[in-house]
Amino acid sequence: MAVRRLAPKELQPESFAFTEENLAWAHQQIAKYPPGRQASAVIAIMWRAHEQLGGWITEAAIRAVADLLKMPHIRALEIATFYTMFQLQPVGKKVHVQVCGTTPCRLRGAEDIIKVCQNRIHHEPFHLSDDGNFSWEEVECLGSCVNAPMVMISKDTYEDLTPDNFGKVLDGFASGNFPTPGPQNGRQFSAPEGGPRVLQSVGAPDNDADHGAVQHPVLTDSDAKKPGAAANVQERPSPKPPADDATRKDR
Amino acid sequence: MIKLIVDGKEIEVPPEYTLMQACEAAGAEIPRFCYHERLSIAGNCRMCLVEVKGTPKPVASCAWGVRDCRPGPKGEPPEISTRSPMVKKAREGVMEFLLINHPLDCPICDQGGECDLQDQAMGYGADTSRFAENKRAVEDKYLGVLVKTSMNRCIQCTRCVRFASEICGVPEMGLTGRGEDVEITTYLESALTSELQGNLVDICPVGALTSKPYAFAARPWELGKTQSIDVMDAVGSAIRVDTRGREVMRILPRVNEAVNEEWISDKTRHIVDGLRTQRLDRPYVRENGKLRAATWSEAFAAIAAKLKDVKGERIGAIAGDLAAVEDMFALQDLMTRLGSANLATETTHAFDPSLGRASYIFNPTIAGIEQADALLIIGCNPRKEAAVLNARIRKRWRTGQMKIAVIGDHAELTYKYDYLGAGVDTLSELAAGKQSFADVLKGAKNPIVLVGAGVTARSDGAALLAMAAKLATDIGAIKDGWNGFAVLHSAASSVGALDIGFVPGEGGLTAAQMVGEGALDVMFSLGADEIKLPADAFVVYIGTHGDRGAHRADVILPGAAYTEKSGIYVNTEGRVQIAGRAAFPPGEAREDWAIIRALSDALGATLPYDSLVALRKALTEKVPHLLRIDQIEPADPAALAALARRGGGAIGKAPLLSPIGDFYLTNPIARASAVMAECSRVASGQILTAAE
Repeated sequence: MAVRRLAPKELQPESFAFTEENLAWAHQQIAKYPPGRQASAVIAIMWRAHEQLGGWITEAAIRAVADLLKMPHIRALEIATFYTMFQLQPVGKKVHVQVCGTTPCRLRGAEDIIKVCQNRIHHEPFHLSDDGNFSWEEVECLGSCVNAPMVMISKDTYEDLTPDNFGKVLDGFASGNFPTPGPQNGRQFSAPEGGPRVLQSVGAPDNDADHGAVQHPVLTDSDAKKPGAAANVQERPSPKPPADDATRKDR
Repeated sequence: MIKLIVDGKEIEVPPEYTLMQACEAAGAEIPRFCYHERLSIAGNCRMCLVEVKGTPKPVASCAWGVRDCRPGPKGEPPEISTRSPMVKKAREGVMEFLLINHPLDCPICDQGGECDLQDQAMGYGADTSRFAENKRAVEDKYLGVLVKTSMNRCIQCTRCVRFASEICGVPEMGLTGRGEDVEITTYLESALTSELQGNLVDICPVGALTSKPYAFAARPWELGKTQSIDVMDAVGSAIRVDTRGREVMRILPRVNEAVNEEWISDKTRHIVDGLRTQRLDRPYVRENGKLRAATWSEAFAAIAAKLKDVKGERIGAIAGDLAAVEDMFALQDLMTRLGSANLATETTHAFDPSLGRASYIFNPTIAGIEQADALLIIGCNPRKEAAVLNARIRKRWRTGQMKIAVIGDHAELTYKYDYLGAGVDTLSELAAGKQSFADVLKGAKNPIVLVGAGVTARSDGAALLAMAAKLATDIGAIKDGWNGFAVLHSAASSVGALDIGFVPGEGGLTAAQMVGEGALDVMFSLGADEIKLPADAFVVYIGTHGDRGAHRADVILPGAAYTEKSGIYVNTEGRVQIAGRAAFPPGEAREDWAIIRALSDALGATLPYDSLVALRKALTEKVPHLLRIDQIEPADPAALAALARRGGGAIGKAPLLSPIGDFYLTNPIARASAVMAECSRVASGQILTAAE
């Protein structure tokens, strides 16, 4: 990691203004926090500005966010420079590739993926490709170690990469024929490659003369993709607040 | 109280103490970088590690409360050791990490000799480094005129960040980046806007932030150190004047909990170069409209010749902002002998000392601000009139226990306040109870009514002051054990002048009348530079700098600046303090009282004291409380009732604005200082950009 600085002056737009929609959203975020604590919304709102600007945050936007939250400019700058997810210089118009370079991906060939980036985009990270559509950087673990090596492009991960299928992913972005996120080698999520290997007999009563039980997967691909319940719905009723402390002696 | 065993010694400390405080109470010395007793706790330098018996790892004592220490298995008090091998090894490890990226440039570092890191490396540093890689390099940042940066030396203790946002109240400094790449900076390297930024240099434990004007000027061990008192404002901050030979090299704060804690304003600290430039180092006499260098006897002869046929009532004297009590006393004595009652200072015409001392001092005392729960500021910008006192107000405000309202300037004071209005009407509305803040004041236990220069500098100041005193009485600010009527003077000489009665006597003229056309034939000016002197009088100027007063003078008698004489100053709370002599006046300049004494001889009205000791004896015989150095003579609050009853006078409708336009250029020494001029330029430039 290198020292993170704001982009040079000539790249910085003069001003920044939230779109009406984003501003309304920002005010919603601010309303979540008690009065006087509106600065708590800074990361969410700065991230919205980051998205509105096409994947990077300008100096004017940092000031605008700070002013919106009535916090000193330097405090917003501290946050923008602390979190590496905030890009401080322009990124590719179509794609900013974040290549995971941490140990599991590295062992599974992240180096080759980085080479593809260097050859197709720019030799150096954080530089735009010649057409300005692509840029790349190496990041720390993005939590898909089972599907290493992997990259993250905007909010989606592309996993189980080889130089070949990663090339196709980039081609897809370049041509507008967007690739499907997830594993690029046909496997189901992080299930074993080539289909299930264990517990194959469970739930399969039919017998085969030669092999015994016929192998049926416990879950099929379509089962797994059924949407589950929303994360904030609990099966159990929510717990009651604790009863008054029985050890209290003042009553 | 909680019982602890520190290094085998049993002590009891209050439960809110941290381990570090407990260890210090037990007499153990704990090294630290990020911890500062007047700032919030960060706990990031890890130098203060101690061993707590039963914990597997050393703990940072600055961030560990004593109530969090577990007792032993049988209920024995927690045991802490600050000198065990584990502690030594842990601290050596921390020191090794700190020194990894710290440059070895102590020989060219201005902090050398007074550097916390240097000192503690003597105790915990290794003689060699195991770090073979490249050291980290950080660009130096621009922080303004007064603070020079050398960011390679920074150890990221964040004391400066906390100081700027907590004490100064200008959250302009920050720590950007993360991990190894963190950097201390302001937003896009804009200059700091605080009047207390010079303290950043003191607060920095290493040489990352050093004094720009003092850069490469001297080493601490070659300086003579004199304890003294600041005269830039009426707060009377405790300072230490460092001199090399005849020259004042720098001014540093001293700790005085009752006055300035350990802060001083930038004007106090950085007017040093003003003490060297524009100095009057020999007498001058005006001949044919031009000033000509003269000898002392020529100058005295010129004055004596002029005074020969002048009657007493045609002679007057005005004392300036920086005059010491002894100087004013000698001048007063001389004027009495010459038969004149025309005595005045530039700033005290609104006060009548005959009412009593309580009518003109800061009764609740500066430390007393920390007991107040409501503060009404009338016609005052404390940030400009007394920056250190403003920090004290902010300190109290940050506890959330004091409500503040302002009548006068709607200025940025570094704390939130209710702005009631600018004018006299608002004050009368408040007095009539029509403003909601009146209820806050009435309901408060210890309210303060603070009156500043925006009131006292006005020609109708006396009437306004009476109005404020009446308000203070009505809201119950004056009661047993609490007197909430606070006058914030803007000049160091003011309270001293009022104490000795350096005011117009029976039938005497006020300052405004004296400078009127044709009012006087001869005028003595004791460093009065803020007032326009009359064009037709013969002006004798006793002062230090070639400023406004000297330009108008007919005879100039070169005096000593506050670092060049021992003098008594009484601060705004009535605290008698004594400034020490750190250097000698330049050239033929002399101490002011000695000039007046010699002049009295030449005029045939010899003053009866030949030494400063004799002068002080005469002075304290007349005003005995000036003998009690560092104390405040208790003032009888009855004076305020008298002041309130007096009322009086028509009151103009003009807003109560503070007369101090430029904080950095309020007196002749500051105006002679290039550093202050640069500060003023930067500060005004910022106002321009902000208005765009």
